[in-house]
Amino acid sequence: MNTGDDMQSTIDTISTIFGVSEVRKRNDLLYFVTAPKKMLPSLLLHLRDRERFTHLVFFTAVDYIENGQFQLTYMLHNYSTGINLAVLVFIDRDNAEMESIHTLWKQARVFQQELREMFGITFPGSPRIEEDFALEGWQNMPPMRRDFNTREYAEATFFPRPGRTSENPREYMKKKLYPDEAHNV
Amino acid sequence: MTNDEAVPAAFTDEELFCQERPQVREPLKGFFEKFLNWARANSLWFLGFGTGCGAVELRPLLTARYDVFRYGIQPRPTPRQSSVFIIGGYASVKTIKRIVRSYEQMQNPKFVIGLGSCTINGGMYWDSYNTINRLDHYIPVDVYIAGCMPRPEAIIAGFMKLKQLIKEGRGENANKYARDFDWYKANQKKIIKDWNMPDYNW
Repeated sequence: MNTGDDMQSTIDTISTIFGVSEVRKRNDLLYFVTAPKKMLPSLLLHLRDRERFTHLVFFTAVDYIENGQFQLTYMLHNYSTGINLAVLVFIDRDNAEMESIHTLWKQARVFQQELREMFGITFPGSPRIEEDFALEGWQNMPPMRRDFNTREYAEATFFPRPGRTSENPREYMKKKLYPDEAHNV
Repeated sequence: MTNDEAVPAAFTDEELFCQERPQVREPLKGFFEKFLNWARANSLWFLGFGTGCGAVELRPLLTARYDVFRYGIQPRPTPRQSSVFIIGGYASVKTIKRIVRSYEQMQNPKFVIGLGSCTINGGMYWDSYNTINRLDHYIPVDVYIAGCMPRPEAIIAGFMKLKQLIKEGRGENANKYARDFDWYKANQKKIIKDWNMPDYNW
């Protein structure tokens, strides 16, 4: 079976029907494509039912704060060819909302619950979306957003133990091993 | 509704939990306390509650190679039967809630071993949004074992240190918790925002 030709025809199809762009091939078994936001559910349905990408491997987000966008990554797997296909979608960062895909894969509900908590992306209609996932009673900005200052928050909240200093190893060892010469350098 | 009487009412918190604060128990005098401390030091039963990656180092303790039972150390399934609580590494806010609850359910006298760097100063998670830095701000800690992770030999050494402390009559941290109860509660409530349990549950 020539998986490369199969994949090429798949990409041709989804490019024509769903307006998929920026096809990047990392290696024989890993492809990245970018899809328009509106076409995504029908594209995933097509990939699942027609192109045998039956497994949702993971579903996550990346915060591109410079562009004011979140990148959602839907990683699909085809068991018959072994090919992974990542479908990327860019959504607006300020009004982060995306169509839920829990009707296509049940387990997407959990990913969406986590994305709501960690990035503040809402998925209307996703079951139990408002429940706490890993954080309980979190009252701050979603912590995986890049404008959340993790270190500042940790230092204000968690009683940092004083005395944490770091030395330049080169200078430190010079002073320690050759104390007489340290002042000459 | 008319058939409310037929349905048993749900238990309230007052019925399920004791609402009292923890009590300070002064140690006995002289020989009696020494005898009790000898008995406590030789029957350290720890709670089988793996709260972090360090819990993986507790399993080898029970195997033929390390066999901690020769020191009278063994795991117990419930806090009510345990006297030692080993915090195995990093504790997230979600876990610290369970840790506090389990700690309070343990019977006096009780001892805490902080295992790994994360319990001392946060370790590699010191600037995390969700991981505590200093365990001793939330529950009193008797012995810290540094390392990431400490080997089972180090844990046995920590147990020996704890034994020594108890025999010297210095294992009084349950009383310390009762005395500084308000300080510990304030620290716990600073990070546990959804406090849906009684202040002291046992």
